[in-house]
Amino acid sequence: MKRLALLGGLIAAVCGVLIFANHQLNRAQGITSGNTFSLYNWGDYIDPELITKFEEETGYVVSYETFDSNEAMYTKIKQGGTNYDMAVPSEYMIERMIDENMLEELDHTQIKGLDNIDQQFLDLPFDPDNQYSIPYFWGTLGIIYNDKFVKEGEIQHWEDLWKPAFADSVMLIDGAREIMGLSLNSMGHSLNSKNDAELAAAAEKLDHLTPNVKAIVADEIKMYMIQEESSVAVTFSGEAAEMLYENEHLHYVIPNEGTNLWFDNIVIPNTAKNKEAAYAFINFMLEPENAAQNAEYIGYSTPNEEAVKLMPEEITEDEQFYPSDETMKHMEVYENLGQEYIGIYNDYFLEFKMHRK
Amino acid sequence: MKQNKALYFVPYTFWLILFVIAPILLIIYQSFFNIHDDFTLENYQTYFQSGTYLKMTLNSFWYAFLITLFTLLISYPTAYLLTKTKHKQLWLLLIILPTWINLLLKAYAFIGIFSMNGTANQFLSFMGIAPQQILFTDASFLFVATYIEIPFMILPIYNALEELNPSLISASYDLGANSWQTFRRVVFPLSLTGVKSGVQAVFIPSLSLFMLTRLIGGNRVITLGTAIEQHFLVTENWGMGSTIGVFLIIAMVLTMLLTGEKKKKGAIR
Repeated sequence: MKRLALLGGLIAAVCGVLIFANHQLNRAQGITSGNTFSLYNWGDYIDPELITKFEEETGYVVSYETFDSNEAMYTKIKQGGTNYDMAVPSEYMIERMIDENMLEELDHTQIKGLDNIDQQFLDLPFDPDNQYSIPYFWGTLGIIYNDKFVKEGEIQHWEDLWKPAFADSVMLIDGAREIMGLSLNSMGHSLNSKNDAELAAAAEKLDHLTPNVKAIVADEIKMYMIQEESSVAVTFSGEAAEMLYENEHLHYVIPNEGTNLWFDNIVIPNTAKNKEAAYAFINFMLEPENAAQNAEYIGYSTPNEEAVKLMPEEITEDEQFYPSDETMKHMEVYENLGQEYIGIYNDYFLEFKMHRK
Repeated sequence: MKQNKALYFVPYTFWLILFVIAPILLIIYQSFFNIHDDFTLENYQTYFQSGTYLKMTLNSFWYAFLITLFTLLISYPTAYLLTKTKHKQLWLLLIILPTWINLLLKAYAFIGIFSMNGTANQFLSFMGIAPQQILFTDASFLFVATYIEIPFMILPIYNALEELNPSLISASYDLGANSWQTFRRVVFPLSLTGVKSGVQAVFIPSLSLFMLTRLIGGNRVITLGTAIEQHFLVTENWGMGSTIGVFLIIAMVLTMLLTGEKKKKGAIR
C-alpha cells in the first residue's frame, strides 16, 4: 500500500513538473492569452513563411493546429473546449456549420480586399453573400493518369473511364457524391440531381464500370499513383497537385462536360477568442502578394484574381489547375441534397461497391 | 465477509451496465427510428427487402467463415506442435509478438509487400513470372485477415492442449490405440473447448472487419462494418446503422450459443 501511494505521488509530481514546463515553454514562445492567434487548418495548407510574415507584421503569435478531415474538424469544434480563431472547412461543411450556428457572421466593414477575389467564386449557394466565409482555395474533381500506360488524349471525358482498355486499372475515390456525380455528369445530368430516374440510370451505368475498377480507396490514391500501382484514378485537383509534384509521368484532366467545383473557405468559429486577429489574418491572406505566394507553395488554385496576375504564367496558364472559362461553366458546387437524397446516393454507391465482376 | 465479496463485483457490474448493456439497449432503441425521427419498423423492412443488406450479411458470414477456417487449419497443427517443442515460452512469445503491433501498421506493411512493385511481386519476377495484381483481391484480403487472427486462435488451442493430462494419452496407448486413434479419440475431443473459444475469438471480429476491407480489399470486399460506418458517418442515418448493428449482435449471440460450452456435458470432465 505504501509503495502504491509512493508511486501515485511520483506520477503526480512528474505531471506537475510537466505542466509547469509546458507553461514556461509557452511563455518563452510568447504565447500569452492576449496576442495568440489560433489557426486550425489542414496539414501543410499554408506557406510557413507567410505565418512568420504575419507574425512580424501584426505582432500576433500564431498557434497552428491541423486536422485531416472536415468531419474531424467539425467534431472537435462542436464538442467545445477549443478556441480556434479560424478554421478552413470545405463548402459542404460550411453549409452544415452555418445551419448549426457554429460560425460567426462576418463583419464586412472589417474586411479589406474582398474585391480581389474573382466574382465567380463569391456569393455561392452554400454561403450567399459570403456572410460567413472567405474563399481560400478552390479545385475540381478530375482524372489523373500516368503517361507510361495511357496515351495523351486517351482520357478526356468521364465516359473514357468505361473504355475496355482500362480493365482493372482505375482507382476511384471512396465518396458517394463523387462517384454518382461523375456517372450523372457523363450522361449529361447535374451532379446535384434529385430525379429518381436519372439516379437509377446513373447507378445502372456504374455497374458497367465495375470491370475497370481496381479499388475504391481514399487518401491512399496519392501513394498508389505516385508508386505507379495504378494507371488511372479519379481524384481531387488538390491531391493531384501533390501527385504531379512527386511523379512527372502523371497528368491531371478535368472533363469539360462538367464536374464538381469545391472550395476550402476561411471561417471564424463561434468559439473564437481573438476575433481581431482573425480579421487581421483574413485581410493578410486577401492581399494579392500573400495569396500568390501561398498558391505557389501549395499548388492549389487560388480564387484571388489579383494574385493570379502576379503568378508565373506557367502556373496560371496550366489548364490542369486553371481551366478555361468554357470548362468552368459546366462545373457545379455540391448542394446539400437533404438527408433523404444523401441516403439514396449512398445506397446506390453501396450497391455499386458490392457489384462483382 | 460475504458482503465484502459482493462489493468486489460493484466496479465490474457498473462497467458492464455502462459500457455493454446500455449501449446495446441504445442501439436497439435507435434502430426503431427512421430519418424523420418517426418510431417505426421501417429500417427492419428495408433490411429484409432491399436485397443489398441481405447479400452483404451473407457476404460477411462467408468471409468470416473462410477466415476462421483458414486460421483453424493453420493454428491447430501449430498449437499441437508447440506443445511438443522444447522452448515453449520462446515460441509462444514469437507468436504473440505481432499482436503488439497496431493493426493499421500491419495493414500498411502488407500494402508495401503486395503492391505492384512490392516484395511479393519482386520475388515473382525473380522466379520468372510477370507481376500479378495481388493487392485488392479476395485472396490478399483473406491472407491478411488470417494472418492477423492467427494468434487469437493458437492461444486457446495451445492452452487446451497443455492442460491435457498426459496420463490419458498413455492410457490410450496402453489400451492398444495407435497414434492416429489416440489423436482422434482422445486429444482432439479434449481440445475442442480451445477450438471453440478460438473460433469465437476469430469469427466474431471477422464479421465486422471494415478497415482491412478498404485498405487491403480496396472496397471490393464489403462487409456489414462498411455499411455501418457509412450510415453513421456519411448519411447520418443512425437508425439504419443501428438496425444493421442489431443484426450483427444477433449473429454474434448465435455464434456464441453454437460454439459455447454445454454445461451438462462439461461437468463429466
